[in-house]
Amino acid sequence: MNNPEEIATTREFFPSGELPVNLSRRRFLLASAGVSAGAFVLGLGLPLGKARASGASEAMAPGTRVPAFLEIRPDNRIRFYSPFNEGGQGVFTAMAQIVGEEMDADPASFIVDNAPTGHQFQVVNGRMRITGGSMSVRSSYMTMRRLGALARSMLLQAASKRLGVAVDKLDTEPGRVVHAASGKSLTYGELAPQALDLPVPAPDSVKLKNPAQFRWIGKPVKRVDAYAKSTGRAQYTIDIRVEGMLHAAVQHAPRLGMTVGTFRNEAQLKAMKGVHSVHRLPGAVAVVAERWWVARKAVDAAQVDWKEAAADASARVMPADFSTQAYREQLLRAKGEGETAESAGRPGKALDNAHTVVDATYWSQYLHHAQLEPPSTLARFHADGSLEVWVPNQAPDMFQADIAKKTGLDPDRITVHSPMLGGFFGRHFLYGPGVPYMQAIELARATGRPVKLIWSREQEFLRDPMRPMSVVRFRGGLDARGLPVALEAVAVTEGASEGVANKRRGKVDSSAVEGLAGKAYAIPNRRIAQLYMKTPATLAYWRSVGHSMNDFFYETFLDELADKGGQDPFELRLRLLEGNARLTHLLRELADLAGDWKRGPFTAPDGSRRARGVAMASPFGSQAAAMAEVSIENGQVRVHDVWQAIDPGSIVNPAIIEAQVASAVSLGLSETLLEETVYEHGMPVARNFDKYRILPPDRMPRVHVRIVESGAKMGGIGEPPLPATPPAVVNAVSHLIGRRIRSIPLSQHEFKT
Amino acid sequence: MELEINGKSYPVESDADTPLLWVLRDELGLTGTKYGCGIAQCGACSVLLDGRVIRSCVTPVAGVAGRKITTIEGVEDDPAGRRVVAAWVAHQVPQCGYCQSGQVMAATSLLKQSPQPGDDEIAAVMTNLCRCGTYNAIHATVRDLVNGGPSPEAEKARAEAARASNRDGGAHA
Ligand code: FES
Ligand code: FES
Repeated sequence: MNNPEEIATTREFFPSGELPVNLSRRRFLLASAGVSAGAFVLGLGLPLGKARASGASEAMAPGTRVPAFLEIRPDNRIRFYSPFNEGGQGVFTAMAQIVGEEMDADPASFIVDNAPTGHQFQVVNGRMRITGGSMSVRSSYMTMRRLGALARSMLLQAASKRLGVAVDKLDTEPGRVVHAASGKSLTYGELAPQALDLPVPAPDSVKLKNPAQFRWIGKPVKRVDAYAKSTGRAQYTIDIRVEGMLHAAVQHAPRLGMTVGTFRNEAQLKAMKGVHSVHRLPGAVAVVAERWWVARKAVDAAQVDWKEAAADASARVMPADFSTQAYREQLLRAKGEGETAESAGRPGKALDNAHTVVDATYWSQYLHHAQLEPPSTLARFHADGSLEVWVPNQAPDMFQADIAKKTGLDPDRITVHSPMLGGFFGRHFLYGPGVPYMQAIELARATGRPVKLIWSREQEFLRDPMRPMSVVRFRGGLDARGLPVALEAVAVTEGASEGVANKRRGKVDSSAVEGLAGKAYAIPNRRIAQLYMKTPATLAYWRSVGHSMNDFFYETFLDELADKGGQDPFELRLRLLEGNARLTHLLRELADLAGDWKRGPFTAPDGSRRARGVAMASPFGSQAAAMAEVSIENGQVRVHDVWQAIDPGSIVNPAIIEAQVASAVSLGLSETLLEETVYEHGMPVARNFDKYRILPPDRMPRVHVRIVESGAKMGGIGEPPLPATPPAVVNAVSHLIGRRIRSIPLSQHEFKT
Repeated sequence: MELEINGKSYPVESDADTPLLWVLRDELGLTGTKYGCGIAQCGACSVLLDGRVIRSCVTPVAGVAGRKITTIEGVEDDPAGRRVVAAWVAHQVPQCGYCQSGQVMAATSLLKQSPQPGDDEIAAVMTNLCRCGTYNAIHATVRDLVNGGPSPEAEKARAEAARASNRDGGAHA
């Protein structure tokens, strides 16, 4: 495999020569699309799934056209095209479990790839396709189970024909159809050529399994991608290579909105060894070369006089005097009560009549996604003008539509490939100038060659759209017993959704207030509001979106109220959740997991002074409760343990859930302890991991997980374990040091050992 | 210039100051080694040089000519590396997987240098960043390796996965 051309094409054919058994269908589809199978095998063109997903499938409900999703090989291995992209959250494995369960095929026999674009794969509530919002499994669970059941039904029918016995005399065992009376059986691989050519039965004609009979759903099934990801075999967009490909690197304008003025050393760069060409792009210059390192070195040396944005620029423009410090002060100074997102009772009156009123202002920071794979795009135009794009994305059809709009190409002429993601956390949606694909497409067009553009980490941190920052003004009212009777929260911020859209949609951006609104505590008088304050910075979704900061604000303020009212924070939560069986159970499970609630401060066996904090969150359809134990070590916060009890209603894979909890806890800790994107003079100060610190291994605490299956409607898992973590930690720290901490990251505060 | 990578000799044309990482990825097509930061901060680009882990993004290629380079593509040819991969799969370490080539190389280096490392030694070598937060899984896996793991079944599972992957062309064979 030392020949790059070979490597470039291995993904696009079956290297062992073991072709899938339903090849006749593949040939037919390709022929009908005007492409020979030979051309396909050489990777020149139309991917199979696209042909399959078009035409007749438009009429079929998404998630029902079995052959679009499945290929079964003679050795019983099953290739499954997933509507959801894998980026660490384990969804490829979950899909194999869910489909395999009803199909009666071992998930371990699945080879999973991301599906091409098309109507058939719009299975998020039967309407759309995104990998986000912790929605994949919960929004498609029944559809994917039915898909497996339809496949099983087709295999049974094919076996019925082959064996000449009625379908109802047949049954399945994993990977085979069996006829008990004769003892005969046929493997799925043997049946596939006939089965997958049968018409798909009506979706409601198949009966789904009784969950009590589940063999794989709910079990800690091994990930389908663990080996590939332990051996460097997993391929991400950054790794894709095609024949004749050139490499590109860019230098972005220092501030968004600026354009290329004088390019002083353009001729010099062109003359550099290995440079193919030099390009001016909107807001960037690019160098295309035979090797990325050459392109990068050259473009880093580019000397450009950037022009300020035109005064009437419609997109966001980053002004020269923007700083996060000044912007935060602006949020802190902002006057006004904002627009109400949630209200109950009469908060104004209740606050007036309260025995004690607590006022406090909290804030958060901008954050980078800092997914470890820097963004890249490979673009290739074909002789017929059609375009192929490999791009990290969480919504392939939306990318296809956007590319169509921007290039003027018909969407049918644009093939979007969606390789596995080297982490995403919300990074790979449509973020205008925050994503590289239009640059790559422009460079491929200009050079007439396939071009892979990689953003260096430094260029990524210059354009990464950020998790919003917010300032929240709280007022809480306590009655004479010290119990909260009123709570008002005004979030002064621009929300992620309105930031991404670059316009206000409805009244309040729910992503600006989620985690302040939607809390389960019985505080009778409430008002949660957003005071919109546009920022010139570009914004994005970031794992758990508004919850990533709002639950921190709310749950730490709740502790502040508890302290003021002389209440124990754990007991207070139980009290405010009286009658809520699901959440009181969850809290008790948490205490049980953590060996009971003990707030401290106490002296641990190693002599350190420690305290614990508790917090809860209700994100993305799931319920979470977290406890953290902390000490101060060498002037910084040490988190020893995080316990988390999580109730997603019902589950598919407990091992993956545990891994997701550990993952979300680490990201939540990272923002709590260390992370902050600081802008000065309109530019981010940190451009790489030397100054933008993310959680390193030596600051990772032990993580203990309890999964609670309440049987409630299925919730999400990728994001829900994050939001309760920051407040659990900060509540512990505040109690330990005897002073309320009202902002993150904690690295901005001083702690005495 | 000739490089010796995974026991094979490769002629290389890139300039002497090109980081080894980009020679591996672009010139030789060995894309299992990843780019994360380019400034020796994250460890995604970790490879072995004469059996010791280095960060290839800051290692000029000229300096490694004539020395033995092991990348993730060759890690299973090394007995320690094979054990590490088997343990990684058995413990289900990877999430997105992007950092894991580097993590596996770092763990392989650790075991090659010191078969019974203590926690401090582990912490000193296992410094690669993981944005997905697999740190605890990595630590547990390395401890298992130090204690003689993984089990023979884990090695069998690895070998079976390797066969299946070669057959399927799971990504590249
Ligand atoms: S890419 Fe080399 S250390 Fe990050
Ligand atoms: S597994 Fe994703 S960065 Fe480590």
